Amino acid sequence: MNFDWPIFIWYLWPPSAFDDPRILQGLEATVGVALVAMVIATGIGLVGALARLSRRRAFRALATAYVTYFRGTPILVQLFLVYFGCIEFHIYGFEPLDIGPIVVTGALQAGVIAIALNHGAQMTEIIRSGIIGIDRGQMEAARAIGMTYGRAMRWIILPQALRIILPSFGNQVNASILITPILITIGGQDLFGVFLAINGVNYHPIELFLDCSAYILVVSMTWAAIQRRLERRVGVSLAEARPRSNA
Amino acid sequence: MDFRWDIFWKYLWPPSAFQNPLIERGFVLTILLAVTAETIGVLLGLLGALALLSKRRALRGLATVYVTYFRGTPVIVQLALIYFGAAAIGLYGFPSKTIGFITLSGAIQAGIITLGINEGAYLTEIIRAGIISVDAGQMEAARAIGMTNNAAMRWIVLPQAIRVILPPFGNNFNGMMKSTSLVITIGALELFGAYQEVNGVLFDPFELFLACSVYYLALTIAWSWVQGRLERRFGSPDQRIFKPRSDGFGPRRRVTGTAGGAEMVPAEGRLPRRHGVAP
Amino acid sequence: MSSDNPGLAIEFRGVNKWYGSFHCLTDVNLQVERQAVMTIIGPSGAGKSTMLRCINHLERIDDGEILVEGQLVGYREVGGKLKELSDGQVAQRRQGIGMVFQRFNLFAHLSAIDNVAIGPIRVLKTPRDEALDQAAILLRRVGLAEKAASYPAHLSGGQQQRVAIARALAMRPSIMLFDEPTSALDPEMIGEVLAVIRDLVGEGLTMVLVSHEIGFAREISTRVVMMDGGLVIEEGTPAQVFGAPRSERTQAFLSKVY
Repeated sequence: MNFDWPIFIWYLWPPSAFDDPRILQGLEATVGVALVAMVIATGIGLVGALARLSRRRAFRALATAYVTYFRGTPILVQLFLVYFGCIEFHIYGFEPLDIGPIVVTGALQAGVIAIALNHGAQMTEIIRSGIIGIDRGQMEAARAIGMTYGRAMRWIILPQALRIILPSFGNQVNASILITPILITIGGQDLFGVFLAINGVNYHPIELFLDCSAYILVVSMTWAAIQRRLERRVGVSLAEARPRSNA
Repeated sequence: MDFRWDIFWKYLWPPSAFQNPLIERGFVLTILLAVTAETIGVLLGLLGALALLSKRRALRGLATVYVTYFRGTPVIVQLALIYFGAAAIGLYGFPSKTIGFITLSGAIQAGIITLGINEGAYLTEIIRAGIISVDAGQMEAARAIGMTNNAAMRWIVLPQAIRVILPPFGNNFNGMMKSTSLVITIGALELFGAYQEVNGVLFDPFELFLACSVYYLALTIAWSWVQGRLERRFGSPDQRIFKPRSDGFGPRRRVTGTAGGAEMVPAEGRLPRRHGVAP
Repeated sequence: MSSDNPGLAIEFRGVNKWYGSFHCLTDVNLQVERQAVMTIIGPSGAGKSTMLRCINHLERIDDGEILVEGQLVGYREVGGKLKELSDGQVAQRRQGIGMVFQRFNLFAHLSAIDNVAIGPIRVLKTPRDEALDQAAILLRRVGLAEKAASYPAHLSGGQQQRVAIARALAMRPSIMLFDEPTSALDPEMIGEVLAVIRDLVGEGLTMVLVSHEIGFAREISTRVVMMDGGLVIEEGTPAQVFGAPRSERTQAFLSKVY
């Protein structure tokens, strides 16, 4: 087995690796797509969860259909549907977008949308589970002091649900970081796409893909550390006395 | 917007869709991939969980590295690493193999192996969590009534662990069935790949992939049903009984109007069974 | 529809309620005078708590009317028909009614003082400092000044219930409802909660309690109602109901618990 150490180290060590500007761009693309998609997904999740818990049957049906579809089909298929579907039916051409100093390619845009929709369905279920996990008496007590449904959700139910939701939310963020390579199927240049291209010229799959893994591991573990801090702050393990007023 | 209904129906309706041998094979392969990989995953997961709970640091360390790598890197990267990498270092070239009447291409084999190893890492955590979730007092109580260690495991600890493990395992298998589509990145032709090939000829992506997604939906919905039955059989860990709406089923007064007082609607859209107990 | 007797705090008229096919409230007619202290007694399953929870529309009735301070609960009359009130309107009506639950239902993510203050801050829009000051006063009143920063998980049942009473009082209600306030407490903590409730008598509040504490009921009530099987069996002053119960069921019940 001849493991090409020079190449492995060259592309592992950031200063040398970043000589190739595509690598940093790929890294930014990976992290950017994942984070933006998750922000949107969380918003969708909140709306979806409340819709699934709504008294209006129409909202419930719509939300359930959305969740069933996007949790029941592969994200790759969804990506293709979004990307090619919009182009085929002239809804949106997925041309590169200029956002400030960055150029966001069509593939990346489609990636954000597809991941957001897919993870939005997951977040819907996660948030919904969190809400219904809260003791019914909390809602009653909130109503009893004159809170509307909305206020009760905002100040009493959701803050407590947050504690339950956070770990699963953290896993979803991790998942979104790890799913970005699907963009290579539509020509997107996330970090893996870049390494694939490099491999195409300089065929050393093990060395290069291990390097790619290393970068993503660092991102993933960084998020894990952030997640742990967030969980501690919100008090996931148990309610701890916090001095400041939270009302 | 001109949706080609003819194409959509042709590739949705099994009898016509399966006339395309790629699609027929692809459907079978998808199920095969999912089941085989999951089985490998369960075995690795059991080993991994026991390793993580072991007293020997070497085992714990090894398991930790395994879990950290395979849960911290993308499946697609793992697929590429194993498929191209194993050939590159001369370990295994992934040639096509024929077992009985099925021909497994190298890519499919790599897919099974990679997905299996990947799943094993996730199941390691799930099974470990399940085992440690069972209160230590259970083992004590079991011993106290005269059970051996093995009997206690068999009749007391593992049944309770399974209750905790089942939901996440079920969700994972659901995910596995969808993850099989990722093998197209190394050139394997399962269900999604088959539809891609068809699209390469017909160029009607939306219609074709919509039909394709229905097949996956069927698979995941079928599994959800099975999962539900399994969970009910083994009893899911927190069965929170969501109390029925207070206005139950009785004769309602004549009112016009909109959303008013009272409390949250139960999470499932249907009205739950009544309890009929007033305090 | 307005009340015939505007001096009534609460009025039940021909109220019926079904849980599925179970008739849990049957033709309930009840009048609660302003500033009365009414205790509702009776066996489990009698419909006592249900009746209480209908007063602040936590439960819906199926037939009849409930009026609180002359206003219909949960609905309003529009041209001869009853229209259900919106969520916001019901919420507003609830501000005047305080409720204390059997299982306290303190907000687990908030400290004691925040539990008391959150209603005034988020519903009444009281400025935060003012609300916290008033909350501190209420906590002192129920004897828990030093526990202001503690979270419910660190408070005993009796302490939690006292905070719950303070929380209800913070909204400055004119009516206080107590749904078996001591039933979930260990015996040694019942006294401290009853003391707080006793302290409230004579403050001008209308109080309705569902309770099994017969001795306490006898001591503080101005009216007693005996319920069984969804029906009001008997009603009167404590002396009448406890001393000389007219109904056999009341006699049977009292002999078992008192």
